[in-house]
Amino acid sequence: MNRLILRILRIFLWFSAITVPVAVMVLVIFIVFKGLPAISLRLIFGDTNPLDALMLKQQVFEGIFPAMVGTFLVVILSVTWAIPLGILSGIYLAEFSGSHLKKFLDFSFDLLASVPSIVIGLFGLTVAIFLHKYLSRQIYPCLLISSISLAVLIVPYIVRTTQLSLDGVSYSTKLAGYSLGASKIQNLFRVVLPSAIHGILGGVILAVGRAAEDTAVIMLTGVVATAGIPGSVFEKFEALPFYIYYISSQYSDKSELLDGFGAAIILLIICGLLFCVAHLLKNVVVKKVYGF
Amino acid sequence: MKGKLAEKATKAAIAVATAMAASIVMFIFFFLFCFSAPLISSWHLGQFLAKSWNPDARIFGIYPMIVGTFYIAGLATIIGAILGVSLAMFIEFVSGSMLARFLAWLVEFMAGIPTVVYGFSALFLLVPLIRESFGDGSGLCILAASMVLALVILPTVTMITLDRLKAVPGNLVMAVKSLGASSLEVLFYVHLPYAWKGIVSAVILGAGRAVGDTMIALMLAGNAVQVPSSILDSARTLTSHIALVTAADYESMSFKVIFVCGLLLFVFSAWNILFLKILGKIKR
Repeated sequence: MNRLILRILRIFLWFSAITVPVAVMVLVIFIVFKGLPAISLRLIFGDTNPLDALMLKQQVFEGIFPAMVGTFLVVILSVTWAIPLGILSGIYLAEFSGSHLKKFLDFSFDLLASVPSIVIGLFGLTVAIFLHKYLSRQIYPCLLISSISLAVLIVPYIVRTTQLSLDGVSYSTKLAGYSLGASKIQNLFRVVLPSAIHGILGGVILAVGRAAEDTAVIMLTGVVATAGIPGSVFEKFEALPFYIYYISSQYSDKSELLDGFGAAIILLIICGLLFCVAHLLKNVVVKKVYGF
Repeated sequence: MKGKLAEKATKAAIAVATAMAASIVMFIFFFLFCFSAPLISSWHLGQFLAKSWNPDARIFGIYPMIVGTFYIAGLATIIGAILGVSLAMFIEFVSGSMLARFLAWLVEFMAGIPTVVYGFSALFLLVPLIRESFGDGSGLCILAASMVLALVILPTVTMITLDRLKAVPGNLVMAVKSLGASSLEVLFYVHLPYAWKGIVSAVILGAGRAVGDTMIALMLAGNAVQVPSSILDSARTLTSHIALVTAADYESMSFKVIFVCGLLLFVFSAWNILFLKILGKIKR
């Protein structure tokens, strides 16, 4: 009887261990297979001369270059907002907060991390409406609003990884600075933070990946299908994930669809690279902590 | 003296940043609440629970979206939990180290795959497959969305479960094994009692992700406003409903109602987190 259950369980575990990788592989390989013919400079730059496009001398109309630039800009901006907030909050949670306050802060960051991204997008939209009504009629959903909303999305990730990396620094390392007469802040910035920096960086890179792939937040806060490269943070912009979604729902012919597959490969490569870097950094941390 | 001042400034900066970051979530709640409060107080609950959405007839029922969310996220959670937990068990118990390492790596990699890429791929691969095997309809349905959504939430479930299984003390396992227990008995009498809370939290977090995800349901479920009667029906989730309302007029009723949807989703995530905190307090 016991053996029978064990055998069934074993078969079932093997079933999931085969099903899941196969399903993922099939979906990824399908994209690569379909999209590979589209991968060319033409996909990115259309009929425009790539050099002119890169120097911003000429607008690109046919290619996905504006979408790539838009994603790049919105991610850089959102990380710029999120890094100071996230890392400083992580430091506070790990090093300064008392137990009561810590419980409250833990709860609010857990809650923020679990708020669906579309709700964060909705929040960004209401902020834009609010500012439009009460501050300036010039403000509409735009690059700035999108980047702030994305920052809200990724702050909890950065907080958590910073906190965990700081908690992971050994007690003896933390005491070393004090024993030499350093103050708490000196010890923090010269001893504790440097020894946790790999973990913190890994967290930031994961957050960059999260910001680059998210579609729901930006689709409510200022991304559009055709905008060109934005001239200021108050303009609308294009982005890769939204482009992919837009093609999937609005494509008119085969070549547009092919561009969608090509764009999906490019987004997959960007997120894959970010993942690999974060993974390597994480392994560096593991090696540092366990000394092998 | 100057050093002291700089230290105080640094400490103040840390405290201010923390206060700002921690208050974001309250701002979100505040905004959602303010925008949807007038509706909640002036409208009868019954009107929200109307079974159709027809702005021209001034019917703004979100009941179909609630049911759609329930079906899609529920089915995805069931599939994702079963596959995810058993994958974690496989990595921990069954496999040789090479395969286990590959699977652990794959699960982490899956967490990095953009959901929109999953959706795009499934739209042109899985959806035609469902359309052809089940005959009529477009193939855009609850089943397609749930299957892909299960893959999206699987890394969350597997990584947390694996983490909790690995936390089971090795000497405890050894002690039970030395008493002659089979690996099944070790699983049932050591690992499950030790890790069940972690596994339940993993599934709850997975369910939270399933309810909160927008793109998969938006791209694969067809978005028809109707109360679905089978898993081959098209359905719309609360999240895709928010994504689809592109009202140019910010004062219109259909625009205001999406804040109620947002508030519902927010309350659901708050409830999830509270439940996890309470679960963490229970002694086994």
